[in-house]
Amino acid sequence: MPTVAPLDLDGHCVAAAFVSDVPVFAFADGLVHRLDHGHKSSTAHDGLVCATVSLDGASLLSGGEDGKVVSTSADGTVALIAENPRKWVTSVAAGPQGAVAWGVGRAAHVRLGDGKKKSFEHPRTVEGVAFAPKGMRIGVARYNGATLHFPATDGKPTELQWDGAHTAITFSPDGNFVVTAMQENALHGWKLADGKHMRMSGYPAKVKSMSWSPKGRWLASSGAPAAIVWPFQAKDGPMGKAPVELGTRGNSMVTAVACHPKDDIVAIGFADGMILAGRIADQKEVVLRRQGKGAITSMGWDEAGIRLAFGAESGDCGVIDISA
Amino acid sequence: MPEASQQIPVTVLTGYLGSGKTTLLNRILSENHGRRYAVIVNEFGEIGIDNDLIVESDEEIYEMNNGCVCCTVRGDLIRTVEGLMRRPGRFDAILVETTGLADPAPVAQTFFMDDDVRAKTRLDAVIALVDAKHLPLRLKDSKEAEDQIAFADVIVLNKTDLVTPDELAKVEGLVRAINPTARIHRTSRSAVDLAEVLDRGAFDLSRALESDPHFLDADDDHHHHDHHHHDHGASDIHDVSVKSVSLRAGEMDPKKFFPWIEKITQTEGPNILRLKGIIALKGDPDRYVVQGVHMIIEGDHQRPWKDGETHESRLVFIGRDLDRERLKRTFEACQAA
Repeated sequence: MPTVAPLDLDGHCVAAAFVSDVPVFAFADGLVHRLDHGHKSSTAHDGLVCATVSLDGASLLSGGEDGKVVSTSADGTVALIAENPRKWVTSVAAGPQGAVAWGVGRAAHVRLGDGKKKSFEHPRTVEGVAFAPKGMRIGVARYNGATLHFPATDGKPTELQWDGAHTAITFSPDGNFVVTAMQENALHGWKLADGKHMRMSGYPAKVKSMSWSPKGRWLASSGAPAAIVWPFQAKDGPMGKAPVELGTRGNSMVTAVACHPKDDIVAIGFADGMILAGRIADQKEVVLRRQGKGAITSMGWDEAGIRLAFGAESGDCGVIDISA
Repeated sequence: MPEASQQIPVTVLTGYLGSGKTTLLNRILSENHGRRYAVIVNEFGEIGIDNDLIVESDEEIYEMNNGCVCCTVRGDLIRTVEGLMRRPGRFDAILVETTGLADPAPVAQTFFMDDDVRAKTRLDAVIALVDAKHLPLRLKDSKEAEDQIAFADVIVLNKTDLVTPDELAKVEGLVRAINPTARIHRTSRSAVDLAEVLDRGAFDLSRALESDPHFLDADDDHHHHDHHHHDHGASDIHDVSVKSVSLRAGEMDPKKFFPWIEKITQTEGPNILRLKGIIALKGDPDRYVVQGVHMIIEGDHQRPWKDGETHESRLVFIGRDLDRERLKRTFEACQAA
């Protein structure tokens, strides 16, 4: 049986993850809590909006209502990356070689590993940013599509058009696909080689969480009473194929998903705080956590795939150990 | 459905440039009225108060991908409201200030069309500030000034000290011609009693009806003394393209009324700015209230009809190019036999 070590806090957990193997919980009030031989915390922001783990796994990158982009390391040291006075930093992404990208209003900013900064203005708000896995390339989710930039060079951006509001963006681990979440309860994808469209619709709610399986063969998503897992093994992605539904429950919506780092297993968090693990191959599932106080907002596996950190909008967080 | 008590009330403040919005906003932020507001503004501009609960947000209109041209929301509000609501307890209510040229519809529709926003907040009232001195001029050169009045639940007729009583009566007549259902407050220097504009529940028709039983009595005699648009010629209001259609009938057959209102809002949605009504349904002991913004329509049972109260259906449309005769004929055709 998996064991749960709870950490009950006040507030809204924005991100739960592991930083240098230490479980961290970033809260909307700006505190980053960690479980490192006891509960500790440091203040990253006056109001934290978004957070993600750096690619080397050694720091948590976050953006705040205070306009700051900071990194917090496993020992709680907070380092300022950038400041955008009086504006909210609404999205942040981690890139190769220590690169960081963030969205503020209509601009996407990038700080490369060597400290060089670059900004890209857009006609509409930058709703989401993501790095491509290879090459120094970022994707920006915006109204009516996505824009891809090469921050290291002065190359022309690639515009990917699709009508509607795109609110989040992710690249497949092989770099062949870009997928956005949309305001109208759907995902949209582009095959980058030929710009072919992929429409993934039918969600009863907005998709707020997306996670790729380790080799990028599957994309798991929230927004339905089950985790919706789209197959990306074929050269045209999920087109013409039905998704796998994992952990179907009649009475609660999936609010967060996190693919296991090694196996094709998805941690599935629900609106009532329950967490299941589902195996894509045979759709077998096990309960990792019973219901809690509120919706699961974020989950993150450790590198070995043995522990899962989770956080909820009601502040009840914890670490689940599946090795026992 | 989420419980009303957990939903944070949202007040939308509209008004053309120079109408006194910033003055009112500064008063709301600085006066001791016992409520804490989170304020979403387009530009910090002249707000003289430093407060972490003032958020600047770039107006971002999203058309929904559902084939409906009037289904628009404010994308930036969705994100900002969601962010604010992650730290509740810091404020009691949210105030959204729109730009002088803003169309209020996408702001209001955001609070109906986005599930996450809707779960945590409720639209309290749309307030329009109107410059009594310059309104006639504004109506000549902008459709927005007219839309803001048409859309409002509460209208603050400001700068009344700059006009003569005759001019004021004329301006108020203009406002009434555009919007017969809004509450009007006359004031100067935005000195309106804040209790009259904040936490009014004016958008919530049931509550508005409780606090003002004559809310939809626009055509009743007791109102005629302060608006003369029936008597005056078109010359007074020739710069006004919005008009209202007030309908009145007996008990409705629900099997006829609901398909009718669905169809009207579907086909006439782009022309309908606001719609409000109290409907007497045949065989239903409760008053049924409906309200709408463009194609979005909501209805609910309000309270039982009181003894001796006339079971009467009243419906007001505010919009452009509305065919009064057709609306009247088809509405009346929905009456129960």
